[in-house]
Amino acid sequence: MIAPFQAGTRRAAVLVLAASASFGMAADAVAAKTDLVLGMQLEPPNLDPTAGAAAAIDEVVYANVFEGLTRFGPDGAVLPGLASEWSATEDGRRYTFTLRDGVRFHDGAAFSAEDVVFTLDRARAEGSTNAQKALFENIERVEAVDATTVRILLGEPSGDLPFNLAWGDAVMLDEASAATAATAPVGTGPFRFERWVQGDRVELSRFEDYWGEPVALERVTFKFIGDPTAAFSAMMAGDLDAFPNFPAPENLAQFEADPRFTVSVGSTEGETILAMNNARAPLDDVRVRRAIALAIDRQDIIDGAMFGYGTPIGSHFAPHNPAYVDLVGQSAHDPEAARALLKEAGVNDLTLSLKLPPPTYARRGGEIIAAQLREVGIDTEIENVEWAQWLEQVFKGGDFDLTIVSHTEPMDVNVYARPDYYFRYDNPAFRALMAAFATETDAGRRDAILAEAQRTIADDQVNAFLFQLARTGVQAVGLQGLWPNAPTQANDLTGASWNE
Amino acid sequence: MLGWLAGRLVSLAATLVAASLVVFLVIEVVPGDPAAYMLGLNASEETLAALRAELGLDRTAPARYLAWAGGLLHGDFGISYTYRTPIADMVADRVTVSLPLALLALSGAVLLAFPAALFAASRRGRGADTGIVGLSQLGIAVPNFWFAMLLVLLFSITLRWLPSGGFPGWEAGIGPALRSLLLPSIALALPQAAILTRVMRSALIDALGEDYIRTARAKGLSARAVLWRHALRNALIPVLTLIGLQFSFLLAGAIIIENVFYLPGLGRLVFQAISSRDLVVVESVVMLLVAAVVLVTFLVDVAYAWVDPRLRERR
Repeated sequence: MIAPFQAGTRRAAVLVLAASASFGMAADAVAAKTDLVLGMQLEPPNLDPTAGAAAAIDEVVYANVFEGLTRFGPDGAVLPGLASEWSATEDGRRYTFTLRDGVRFHDGAAFSAEDVVFTLDRARAEGSTNAQKALFENIERVEAVDATTVRILLGEPSGDLPFNLAWGDAVMLDEASAATAATAPVGTGPFRFERWVQGDRVELSRFEDYWGEPVALERVTFKFIGDPTAAFSAMMAGDLDAFPNFPAPENLAQFEADPRFTVSVGSTEGETILAMNNARAPLDDVRVRRAIALAIDRQDIIDGAMFGYGTPIGSHFAPHNPAYVDLVGQSAHDPEAARALLKEAGVNDLTLSLKLPPPTYARRGGEIIAAQLREVGIDTEIENVEWAQWLEQVFKGGDFDLTIVSHTEPMDVNVYARPDYYFRYDNPAFRALMAAFATETDAGRRDAILAEAQRTIADDQVNAFLFQLARTGVQAVGLQGLWPNAPTQANDLTGASWNE
Repeated sequence: MLGWLAGRLVSLAATLVAASLVVFLVIEVVPGDPAAYMLGLNASEETLAALRAELGLDRTAPARYLAWAGGLLHGDFGISYTYRTPIADMVADRVTVSLPLALLALSGAVLLAFPAALFAASRRGRGADTGIVGLSQLGIAVPNFWFAMLLVLLFSITLRWLPSGGFPGWEAGIGPALRSLLLPSIALALPQAAILTRVMRSALIDALGEDYIRTARAKGLSARAVLWRHALRNALIPVLTLIGLQFSFLLAGAIIIENVFYLPGLGRLVFQAISSRDLVVVESVVMLLVAAVVLVTFLVDVAYAWVDPRLRERR
């Protein structure tokens, strides 16, 4: 039997080997599998992506159960979703979307322009609990022209609309089932929701009336395993077929050495930064912020905290984006220069608080950064906080000097235009730049503005920009079509299949 | 006996009321806004306010306490903030994992500890006794999560006999469900068995030194009959106390083992709820566990009274 070693047949194969006898069942092992068991570290709190920010929600339902008018492709490009095409008027204020024919929700209801009106009106309504409500703020009116044509009128001209509608927070819901989407999601995607055993798994099955290309997989199970050691055991024992976002980089070498598995290293939208409170002395002095940035050796952090996985960044922008400008050299490791800048700023005996949320990059990275800052004469008081505490104290209260966090939303450089955002960067010129970007519809000029934006925040050294978070995944050999990169937080299984 | 029972019941109710207040207050003090946790970094103040109103978080603390405690009185645990499902259903699901796990682990511990302790006590000071004492020392010293990992390494990864974790649910059949509970219950049972063995052995040895044992021996009973009929019954008081405590611990405290085997049990529910600030789930589950502990303690008290008539008469 020279068929590739597949997860589900592995147990049978081992039995065969163990007994050193040939059972008839070996023949079954050749048929391609149509089920998939996927591991995830965090369990989604609910399954409605329009009513919660948790990445785990999208990681289960995005593109699998729910679809939007547009969608993100594996490289982050905006592709047609339930809308086959769209056009904007010259002034960029009026968009017309043409919907696909014959689209059905999993409960059999037909998808039409009325559903688009309902979904978008619900998201931007006054009492809406959509976590990304800002995406829809510019929408003034949504109209159903006919069953398959939708017109969206904007308050300000914007080129962002197709991008905004590709987010998980903008997926299409049916009015009849929207209220129960949290526990029994009904979408238009290629997989329908089967059941959710809370604390353990979510099961999906193939939707036979799907409008698009039928998917290869018949059954998909998402299993939630929080503990990295348990995740390792589950992969090794063959209880899982893939762990697309594997939580323990230290185990990857072991998977790489094992012929049963392949390891993938992809990019994410997660800019990991050492955020500084720009409103607090002495961090309101750009020289002090620059000194902190120069004191940091990014590669040390990537190696020490992430076992070598991660790409250094010099501004708040993803390296795989076409508009990326490499500014890493501008704040390359230089402790001498850092000490000189601190002296020039008249700062000595500096002690700063460093609040670290739970992820490994923060906790391990924080220890390394503390040691690097000590080299240039800055002491830190490390405080480990949970996410809820971090949100309350750091994000909402602004009660911190330094913190480490990964900003995982795609294209989120515009948060620097919010003076009340937690790192309290207040630069009118930058705000004007982002306002110009929002109304610009020409692709070339949009890229130029983004380049300017990257330079501005790097020059102002708003934060110390560390690295782009890598997405390290493990999967059984024979499984193909999973996304290596994470342009949005999703496990799109539309193209996944097993080799024969 | 009836008066004694009534007294116990009143103190049981008072304990529960006091516990509900303490649980609520402690959780109120912990910082963190559930709405902010759910909506993440990009949510506007207006959206947060809308969600808080939807969850009922905009009410004052006393109003929330009364609504919660009032609901508990008629069995309504409330709705989880993050899961948006009734807490009673979630708890019921989790109990179908935690309760069998605790019972399996406890029976395993008792089945191991009773013979070991009886054997060791009857051969006090001899080789077998020393061996059992040494083994129980080891059982206490080895952390159960580490032992659990060894079990997974051997039975799941190397031999592939048992799943490395997870729970298929009882509807998948008793066989698969028990298979997935086997390793976790062994990991939980072993340290408990070790503790139980030590306590029971020394209780038996103490009992064997009592006057009535000498009397029993003097009237011609065999060593075995004395051990079983007289010493064992008298040694059961501390053993029952310990079993009661162990059961409560296993029900709520299996959290580490639940993590190692990613079992959807009560411990993990509380753990997840704490980190996502799903306060009402934490409050309700903790309250339920308090009630379980109080109830088990009560049952143990009743069992004392049954085992030892002197305790009953004194009250």
